[in-house]
Order: sequence, then C-alpha cells, then structure tokens
Amino acid sequence: MTRGGLIARVVATLGGLGGLRRHRENAQAELHQISGPANRKFDAVRSGEVAVRGNERARLAEEVPPPELDETPDPRAELWVALLLIAAAIAFAGFVVFYVVSEDTHLLGLSLGLGLVLAGVAAALAGKRVVIQEKTTDEYTDYGDREERREVANHLVEGKVGVTRRKLLFSSLAAVGAALGAATVVPVASLGPRVGEKVYETPWSAGKKVVDERGEPIALDTLSPGEFITGFPEGASKEEIGSALMIVRLETDELELPADRADSAPGGYVAYSKICTHAGCAVSLFRYPTFDETQPGPALVCPCHYSTFNPADGGKVLFGPAGRPLPQLPLRAGADGSLEAAGGFYEPIGPSYGGIREGPEKAPL
Amino acid sequence: MRRLRVLIPVVLLAASISLMALEASAETAGKGAAASSPSKLSAPGRAPESAGRRLFVQGCSSCHGYDAEGVKGAGPSLVGVGEEAADFYLRTGRMPLDRPGEEPIRTPSPYTPAQIRALVAYVGDLGGPPIPEVNPEDGDLAEGQKLFTENCAGCHQVVGRGGIMPGAVVPDLAAANALDVAEAVKVGPYVMPSFDQLDQSEIDDIAAYVGYIHHPEDKGGWGIGHIGPIPEGMVAWLLAGVALLFTIRLIGERTTR
Repeated sequence: MTRGGLIARVVATLGGLGGLRRHRENAQAELHQISGPANRKFDAVRSGEVAVRGNERARLAEEVPPPELDETPDPRAELWVALLLIAAAIAFAGFVVFYVVSEDTHLLGLSLGLGLVLAGVAAALAGKRVVIQEKTTDEYTDYGDREERREVANHLVEGKVGVTRRKLLFSSLAAVGAALGAATVVPVASLGPRVGEKVYETPWSAGKKVVDERGEPIALDTLSPGEFITGFPEGASKEEIGSALMIVRLETDELELPADRADSAPGGYVAYSKICTHAGCAVSLFRYPTFDETQPGPALVCPCHYSTFNPADGGKVLFGPAGRPLPQLPLRAGADGSLEAAGGFYEPIGPSYGGIREGPEKAPL
Repeated sequence: MRRLRVLIPVVLLAASISLMALEASAETAGKGAAASSPSKLSAPGRAPESAGRRLFVQGCSSCHGYDAEGVKGAGPSLVGVGEEAADFYLRTGRMPLDRPGEEPIRTPSPYTPAQIRALVAYVGDLGGPPIPEVNPEDGDLAEGQKLFTENCAGCHQVVGRGGIMPGAVVPDLAAANALDVAEAVKVGPYVMPSFDQLDQSEIDDIAAYVGYIHHPEDKGGWGIGHIGPIPEGMVAWLLAGVALLFTIRLIGERTTR
C-alpha cells in the first residue's frame, strides 16, 4: 500500500464518513494511479477493458497527450486541511469553554486567535493544494471516439476522489463554522444582567476606616499639606471599583468646598474616588505648587486624557474631557484619631454614562 | 648687657605665650559668631559677607528678596527650605531661572561646584533640613519598584521616562542620581507634591529602583525607548502588517493579464 493509500485510509477512519467509506474500494485502486507520478496514467483503471484493449491503449497514449494538471489533488494536503479545520474547531470550542469556566481574558484571546490562525492556514492550504487547478490543452476532435470518452471518464473519476473527500472537508468546515459561531454568540451573555443600583453601591459607608496600601490606618499627622496617599476601605477588596481613594492633604485655608461639604475635610484631608469620571482610568497624578503665585494650583489629574480636577473645590473639573466632578468621599477623624469615612460618596462613582452625566462646568486651567 | 641677654629669651617666651592666648580667644570669638550667624546674616551689613551671601545677592535676590524673604509674584521665601531644597535646585541647574514663573528644568548650572556649595551653605544657614542621606546600595529593588509604581509612576511613568501634566512637563529621570531622587522626594520641587511620609529605607528603595531604570533589563528583547504601550502597540501593528503582507503574497497568486 502506498503512502497516499494509507493516508486515505486514515482519513476515512478519522472522519468515519459514510461517503468516503462507500467509495473507498474504488478510491483505493484509483489512488494508486494518481498518487505517484509514475502511475499517473489515465487508462489503467478499468482493468477489464485494459486487458482487452492493451495494445490499442498503448498506441493512443502516444498519440493523445494527457491533460496537463497544474496541481493534482493531494490526499496528504486534504488530510492536513481536515486536521487543521478540526483543530480550529477545537480552539473555537475552547473559547466557549474558557468563557464559561475562566475569568482570564488571555485564554479567550489565545483560543480565538489560535482558531482563526488554524482556519486561515487550512483555507490557504485548501486553496493551494486541494482544489484541482488544471489547464487542459488537448482538443476535442471527435465526440464519438471511445478513447476520448474514456479519458473524460477518467477525469470524472479523478474528480470524484476529491468529491468523496469533500464530505470530510465540508464536515470539518461546518464544525469550524459552528464553533466560531458559538464563540461569537456566547459573549452576548456578558451584556446581562441589569446593573441596576449596583453602581451606587461602594464599600464605603459612615464609620468605614481608611487604610493605606499596606492596610495601616492613616492618622491625621501621616501627611503634611501638599502630600497625597492612596487609601482603601479597611477589610474590603482593593480591586473593587469603588474602593481606591486619592487622599490629599491641603492647607485648611486653601479649601473652597461647597457649604454642605464643609465638614468633609478634617485637618485639610480630602478624599476622592480614584476612578476618573471620563473613561474610568485611575486618577494617579497630583499637582501641588511650591509657590502658588506663579505656579498652577493643586489638581488631581487622570493620566489617560488629562482630565484635571480641583481637590480644593469638591473635585470640580478644571480641564479635560471629564463631564462631571470627581466623586468626593466625606472624611472624619475617628475615635483613635485616624481617618474614616463619614458616609458614602456624594456622587455616583466610575465613568459617566447615560443618566449620570452632568453638564460640565469648566473653568480655565 | 649680660642681664639683657638673659632677658631676651624670657621676653620672647612671654610674647609668644601672649600671642597664643590672643589667637585662642579670637578662635572662641569666631565660634560664637558662627553659632549666631543666621541672625547676623539675616541682618546684612553687620557680619562680614560670606561668599554664599555675595552670590545670593548677585544671582538670586531679585526674585527671592535681598534677605531671602521672597518677592510677591516672583519667588518664594527661602527661609526654612534648608540645604535640601537649595542643593537640589542648584546642583541640577534648575535654578537660577531666566524669569519667574517659568518651569525649572534640569540644565547645566552656571555656577561652579564650589559656588553651589557656598550658596547652599548660605540658604542652609537660614534654617531648614540638611542635605538628606541616601544609600541606594541598601535599597531593595523589588520594593523600590512597588513604591515607585505606587507613588511616582503616575507622573514619571514606570520606567521614569517622564511625561506631561497639565501646566508642567514631568522630567525624565534618566539623569537623576540617588541624591537627586532623595531630595526631590522630600522637597517636592515645582508642582510635584512632597513625599515626606516615606521613611529612609523606602527612599533608599526608590533610589535603587531609579538607578536600575537608567539601564533596565529588557526581558522582552527590545525596549522601544521604554516609553510605554503606545509605541509598543504601533510596532506590533507594523510588524503584524508586514507579516500579513508576506502571508498574502504567499497564499495569493499573480494574475496573468
């Protein structure tokens, strides 16, 4: 058995497709002819006739040149295409599985990317090596001629080898389509459920202690005016969008807080949500002048699009694309003299959308 | 005559002893003057002018005031800023400024190191913290990166390449040595806040990290200037585009027309 024949058998077993199995016996015989160039003769198939008309065939073979084939259908290429398509389908199915079982977006990206690459390679290989591309140069001189008819019949048989394999290829392709379709549709689940009041819920409430990165409380003398620190709610997740605070200490006479927030800044400490109201980046830049007569005043700045907020004035937007103030958290000094929340945020936290966008009150920088 | 001859060494001895005593008393007087120098220097004309005082009057007083008390709308008072701030601004050439209100940036200083020392000593005499200690070799690199990310990277970028801030340029730290870092962290120059809440070992850690980022280890191979994800993304697009082009050429065929 030639390699081609062996591989065809493997393909047939792998695919387990009725169509291929039905034609296997014929295909085996034909494949021997087609697979090796030495055996590539068009008339050696119908053994019964060959035996009778051997001499005539030999004569005609010299007279009628065989059609020139650019590429012959290559069973190995077909196997590769089928395997690549199956692998792509598995990768796409992997996307669906990872979507359900894992939070890791790397896995989603990798599986989808791998699937697309495999499907792409399969498509390229199929285009190059599986679809028969032939240039027939011989002329039809006589429709009635038996030899000519036989040639045509041989062509058809050859084509049929491809056709029977198509089932495997198309099944693989259908699997890829189904898996890719599933991978596309499944993420729709991320659109729900309704967020509702969740955006207004943060880990902060009256009496919640403010701690630093290391979990230690922030005393009233931790910072001097003009310094800042990142704060978190004691015992709550730092990852939660409402957790991180930008805590700044200003001189008490620098503060220009609205009248109803006058008590929110013990010792000049003011706290703001670290999440920018524009696109949700972390507001991590703090500007504090050494000499306020010639230098720009205190500001909290988001590094993404340079939204600039005034920490002295309730987080009012000074500059940049943010549409509403940075949400302020009222502070108070706890019983032990360290900072704690005096309530929830004054405004909803996080990037603005739909209903929670106020008209910008922009002041010059 | 004989008695006179005997007297000569005695007189010489007495003279030398009295001279030594005079010198000693002059020395103690000088020490007393040095100890009380801030008050004397802030009242010019009474004490002899030091080199630092002369340079200050020449180069700094137009903005910071004749007695470093500050000039409204031009420059802040330097009383109480200490050697820490003076050394930072002068050694990195951030001062003197061409005109008040300009952002001080790192430039070659017009002063010689000796002149800078004299000026720093003068400002230090007005009171304030001394030049800080920093030992980056005692610092922990990993801890330094953590602290740098938490406190500095917001503006200076995680590999210290600087950036912008509304109203100011954030300096690149490529030229900053350990002492510059320690001073800047404590002083908070220009619109940078000060980070006095950091302790000595944390400052050593940060200084160690800033030393490291002068020549960071590029595990990925090519740092692309260490200026962050945007150039990295652009390079990725370019490389991917070229790869796509080759792929297209590979799978496509020329049309024969």
